[in-house]
Amino acid sequence: MSVAQATSPLSIKRPSSLTRRVSWTRAREQIIRAVLFLCGALSLLTTAGIIIVLFTEAIYSFGGTAFFQSVSITDFLFDTVWAPQHPDHPRFGILPLLCGTFVIAGLGGLIGLPIGLASAIYLSEYAKPKMRRIVKPVLEILAGIPTVVYGYFALVFVTPYVLRPIFQTWLGFNVDIFNALSAGIVVGVMIIPTVCSLSEDALRAVPRGLREAGYALGSTKFDVSLKVVVPAALSGILASFLLAMARAIGETMAVTIAAGQQPRLTLNPFRGMETMTAYIVNISLGDTEAGSMEYKSLYAVALSLFVITLLMNVLAQWVLKRFREVYE
Amino acid sequence: MTLMQSFSELMHQRQQRETVNRSRPVETEVTKLDVRNLNFFYGDKQALFDVSMRVAERSVTAFIGPSGCGKSTFLRTLNRMNDIIEGTGHNGRVLLEGQDIYARDVDVVALRKRVGMVFQKSTPFPKSIFENVAYGPRVAGQNQYKALVEIVEQSLKRAALWDEVKDRMNDSALALSGGQQQRLCIARALATNPDVLLMDEPASALDPASTARIEDLIFELKQNYTIVIVTHNMQQAARISDRTAFFFQGYLIEVDATQKLFTTPTKKQTEDYITGRFG
Amino acid sequence: MSVTGRLREPALAKRHRIGKLFEWLCCGSTWFGVVVLLLLLLSVGWKAMTWPTADADAADRAAAMKTDAPSSAAATSARPLSTRFLTSYDSRIPQKAGIKAALWGSLWLLVFVGLATVPIGVGAAIYLEEYSNEGRWKRIIQVNLSNLAGVPSIVYGILGLTVFVRMFGLFGHDGKVLDLNLGFTVLAVPLPFERSVISGALTLSLLVLPTVIVAAQEALRAVPSSIRTASYALGATQWQTIRHQVLPAAMPGIMTGVILSLSRAMGETAPLIMIGALTYLARCPGHIDSVSSVWEHPTGLLEAPFDVFTSLPIQIFNWVSRAQPEYDHLAAAGIIVLLVVLMCMNTAAILIRNRFQRRTLW
Repeated sequence: MSVAQATSPLSIKRPSSLTRRVSWTRAREQIIRAVLFLCGALSLLTTAGIIIVLFTEAIYSFGGTAFFQSVSITDFLFDTVWAPQHPDHPRFGILPLLCGTFVIAGLGGLIGLPIGLASAIYLSEYAKPKMRRIVKPVLEILAGIPTVVYGYFALVFVTPYVLRPIFQTWLGFNVDIFNALSAGIVVGVMIIPTVCSLSEDALRAVPRGLREAGYALGSTKFDVSLKVVVPAALSGILASFLLAMARAIGETMAVTIAAGQQPRLTLNPFRGMETMTAYIVNISLGDTEAGSMEYKSLYAVALSLFVITLLMNVLAQWVLKRFREVYE
Repeated sequence: MTLMQSFSELMHQRQQRETVNRSRPVETEVTKLDVRNLNFFYGDKQALFDVSMRVAERSVTAFIGPSGCGKSTFLRTLNRMNDIIEGTGHNGRVLLEGQDIYARDVDVVALRKRVGMVFQKSTPFPKSIFENVAYGPRVAGQNQYKALVEIVEQSLKRAALWDEVKDRMNDSALALSGGQQQRLCIARALATNPDVLLMDEPASALDPASTARIEDLIFELKQNYTIVIVTHNMQQAARISDRTAFFFQGYLIEVDATQKLFTTPTKKQTEDYITGRFG
Repeated sequence: MSVTGRLREPALAKRHRIGKLFEWLCCGSTWFGVVVLLLLLLSVGWKAMTWPTADADAADRAAAMKTDAPSSAAATSARPLSTRFLTSYDSRIPQKAGIKAALWGSLWLLVFVGLATVPIGVGAAIYLEEYSNEGRWKRIIQVNLSNLAGVPSIVYGILGLTVFVRMFGLFGHDGKVLDLNLGFTVLAVPLPFERSVISGALTLSLLVLPTVIVAAQEALRAVPSSIRTASYALGATQWQTIRHQVLPAAMPGIMTGVILSLSRAMGETAPLIMIGALTYLARCPGHIDSVSSVWEHPTGLLEAPFDVFTSLPIQIFNWVSRAQPEYDHLAAAGIIVLLVVLMCMNTAAILIRNRFQRRTLW
C-alpha cells in the first residue's frame, strides 16, 4: 500500500489523521464564510440605513431639530395646505400630496389592475403557446422601459393627442397640459406587466384537477376561468394587486413629468397635481439649503412614502405566503 | 383457483346485499350509452383501438385493467373530457340515448351536465361546502338562494354526507377529511342532476373505511343513476359492479356480467389478469 | 323532453355568448400592452426624426442671432437624432445639443455599479443558498430582501443623498479633500463624495442589489445538488466546491440576472436626481471623451469616479423639463439612444441565457 503510494506519480498527500486541526484550509473556509455573510448582511444594513436616515431627519434628531420636532404630527396629517416655501407662514399639511399620490395611483390601478388581470387570465387560460411566445416578451419590454420615457409619452403624446381631443374638444372639460389623468394612464400601463406576470403565476399554480372538475360539472370555459380558477388564485392575485399599487404609489419620474408641481387638494383628474414623490424630486432640483425646514420636509414626506409602500409590501408578502400554503 | 373462489364468495355476498336493496331485475335493462368502434389518439399515439360496448341504464359498469391500458381515457371520452387536452383525436361513435355526443351540433357543456364525473383525487374548490355543491346549479343559471339550499341539501343527502356537514355548511371544503371530500365531490356532481355518473378510481386514495362508504354509496346511487367506474382494484369491481369490462393495451378485451367475467372469463388475457399472473 | 333537445339547450347559447365576449375582452387587454408599446415607440421615433415644423425656422433664426451665424448653420443637422447628436455636448441651442456627456456618464455608472454589485450580490447569494442552511439569518435576510425590492427608488435616492453625497454632514459644511499620493499622481478624493460618479454608482448599487441577489440565488438553485455531493465526495471543502463546481455552472444564469439588473439601473432617474446629478454639463467625467483621450492622460481614469456627471435618463428629463419645443424632440432622440442601449444589454442577456440552455442539459 505505502509502496504503491510512493511510486505512483499521481499520488497526493493523504491526511494521516482524521482529527480536526488548525490549518490554513480550515481558516480560509471560515474567513470566506464570514465575508459572504457580510455581503448578505449588507442588505440588512441598507434597510437600517434607510430607517435611520429617515428617522433622524424626520422624527427625532440628536443634534439638531428634526422635522416633527418643529411641526406637529396633527398639522402634518390634517392641514389641507402644503406650502413649505411660503416666506412667512410655511404650512406642512401632507393631504394635498397624499391626494395627488392616491388619485394618480388610483387612476393607474383602475386601468392597470383590470387589464393586467384580464391579460393574465387570457395568457393562462385561453392563449395558445404561440401567442404566449409573442406577448410575454412584449410585456417584459414594457416592464423594462425607464419611467422617464413613460413620463415623456404622457406629456408629449397622451395629453395632446388623446386626452385633449377627447375631453377638451369633444366633452368640453378644461384639460391642463400637466394633468393627473395622463400620469394615471401611463402609471396604469406601467403596472400591467407586474400584475400580469404575478397573477399569471398564481393562476397557473391552480391545479389542473380543479379545472377538470369544473368542466365535468357542465361549465363553459368562462365559468371555469372566472368562477373556479380566479377564486382559487384570489390571494395570489390580491398580492399582485398590492405590489402593483405599491409600485404605482412609489412611482416618481412619470408623475413628476406628467402631473406637474402644483400641490392641489382636488379630485379633478384634468388638473395638475403633485405627488409625494414629485415633491421630493422638485425640492432636490431647487437650491434648497441643507438643514432648512423645506429640506427636512423632504424626509418627512419620504418617511410617509416609505411607511405606506412598506405596509403594502408586507401585506402582499403575507397574502402570498397564505396562498402558497393552500397549494403546497 | 383460490382467487376465483374468493370472487365467487364476493359475488355471493353481493347477491345477498342486492336483495336487501331490492334492485330491479336485469331483464328490463335499457341501453344508456352505446359506444361503436371508438378509436382514440393522443397526437400520433393511439390510445384506444376499436372499442365497442353498451352500458345499461341504472347499472354499475366497472372498467378494470393494468395501468396505462386506456380505461381512464375511455371513461373520459364518455363526457368528452379529453377535448380539454390539446392534440387529441378520435373516430367512431359514442351514443347517449341514441344521440352521438361527438356530433357537430352537440354542446359539450350540456353533455357534461348530463354526464357527471368524479375524479381519482378529490378536487373540492377552495370555497365553502355549500358553495362547492351549489357551483353546478349556479353556473347553470340557478340563482335563487332557496332553490340552491334545497338542491344542496338533497345532493348532500344522496351522497350520504348531509349528517356530517349540515352544521358547518360555510366551512371550507378543504377542512373535510379525504373520504368526506370525495363524497362532497360526488354530491357536487349530483347537484347538476346528471343521469350518468363517471367515476375515475374514486376510492383509490382513500383508507378502507372511507372506501367502504363510497362503495355503499355507489350501490345506493345505482337506483337512480347510470354509473361507470374505473378501478384498479378487482375486488372492488367485483363487489359493486353489474358488468365489468377488461381493458388491455388500448383494447377492450372482454365485457360481461361481473359474475361471469370473474368466474368464467372467455379470454386468456382476462383470466391471467384476474388470477394475478400480470398487472 | 327529447334527448336531442337536451344536448342543445337554447339557454346555453347565452352563456356561450358571454364566454366569447369575455374571451375577446381578455384578448383585447392582452394586446393593449402591445398597442401602447407600438404607439410609444412610434411617437418617440417620429419626434426624434423631426424638428418642430412651424417654429423650426424661427428657432433657427433665434439661434443664429445669438451665435455666429455660419458656424451654427453648419452644426445644425436635419434631424434631432444624428451622429452629431451622439458626439456633441448639451447646449443652450437645441440644434447643437447632443448626448455625449450623458453617454459617458452612463458608461461610468454601468462600470461602477457592475463592479460593486457583482461581487457583493453573488457573495450574498452564495451565503444564502450554500451556507445559511435555512437558518434564522437566511429567513431574516430573505424577508428583508423582498421588502427592499419594494422600496420606491426615490427613497434610495434620499439614502444616497444623506450617506454618500453628504456623509451625514460629518465633514462640515464645505467638506474636505483627501489628497492621495499614489506615486505617479496625486488623487484628490472629495469627502463627502458630493455629486460624483461614485455617489451615483453606490446609490444605484444599493437599489439593484436585491434584484441581483435574487437572480443569483435562482441561478445557484438551478445547479443540481448532485454536483455538490460529487465534489464533496472527492474530498473538496465547501469553498472549493463552490469555487470550482457550483459557480462556473451557475455563471451564465448569474450573468443574465446581473445584466438585466444593470439595465434597470441604467434607466433609473429619480435617485440620481436626488443626489443632484441634474446640472448643465458640457464635459465627461475625468475629461475622458474618447478612447484616445485615455492614452493622452490616463490619470483621467482615476479622476473620473470623483468627477461630476450626468446620465442618459437624467439628460432626457433635463430636456423634457425645458420650455422650448425643440427640446421635446431632443428628448425623443435621447430616449431612442437610451432604449437602444437597454436593448443591447437585454439582447446580451438573452444570448447568454440561450447559449447556456443549449450547452448544458441537466
